[in-house]
Amino acid sequence: MKPLNEMELWFESRSSNEGFARSAVSAFIAQLDPTIGELNDIKTAVSEAVTNCVVHAYRNTIGRIYINVKITEGAVVIIKIRDKGIGIENVAQAMEPLFTTAPSEERAGLGFAVMQSFTDNVNVRSSPGKGTTVILKKRISRRVYNG
Amino acid sequence: MINRVSFNENEMTYRLSGEIDHHSAKTARELIDSLIQQKKPSVLKLDFSDVSFMDSSGIGLIMGRYRMMHLYGGELCVVNVPDQLEKIMFLSGLGALGVIEKKGEAYETVE
Ligand SMILES: Nc1ncnc2c1ncn2[C@@H]1O[C@H](COP(=O)(O)OP(=O)(O)OP(=O)(O)O)[C@@H](O)[C@H]1O
Ligand SMILES: [Mg+2]
Repeated sequence: MKPLNEMELWFESRSSNEGFARSAVSAFIAQLDPTIGELNDIKTAVSEAVTNCVVHAYRNTIGRIYINVKITEGAVVIIKIRDKGIGIENVAQAMEPLFTTAPSEERAGLGFAVMQSFTDNVNVRSSPGKGTTVILKKRISRRVYNG
Repeated sequence: MINRVSFNENEMTYRLSGEIDHHSAKTARELIDSLIQQKKPSVLKLDFSDVSFMDSSGIGLIMGRYRMMHLYGGELCVVNVPDQLEKIMFLSGLGALGVIEKKGEAYETVE
């Protein structure tokens, strides 16, 4: 399906860019007039996916994180977050709540669980050594205007 | 992020502010832990009044302080949780630990 609107950006995997990434996506989506709750959900889910690129994918290195956002028919937002980092061996296991490979760094193992409960759909594709792509989908409830 | 700390007998209140993510949690963690070690409070209150955003890094921050306080035989309490953070706080299972007080519940900030 052809998107009604689309944007793309990349940035370096520095932790200081985590706030930039979620704000940029939320600013783009603002045109759909989402509720504060919906915007907060999207910011939180994007923050999780981007943090995973910084913390896990490019551990001890700096690489590029790519974000593509599409707005499609029916106010459905599709957000793709991609890295070219270490990848994930077992995606199903990684997505289980509380699973983490970095417990000593106070990771809760809840990133994927948060993405799942804060969006309508989460899709993860990964190949070890090549990288990971996370696709988040969320429908924005359009508020009705009178006049 | 400007955080404030206050003391009331054996109770230490640490008031976080701004957005808590992986980037900002690191500084907050270091500050809180050095205060815990210096002051050894029996109760640590983490005040979320001025926190506008939090992701799972905030959960890690709370869980880590919870474990640390228990190690010292103390208690942790999360207070003044704003509406927009309720969803993530309760998703984390922190609700079940009984450490969360919502905004305006039985507690007032001591400045
Ligand atoms: N982009 C990625 N590249 C490589 N590994 C990843 C990536 N995203 C997630 N992982 C792996 O999946 C695990 C689970 O991720 P999840 O976000 O659920 O938890 P976490 O990051 O460990 O903890 P939290 O998100 O609560 O701080 C991670 O510990 C890591 O091993
Ligand atoms: Mg994570």
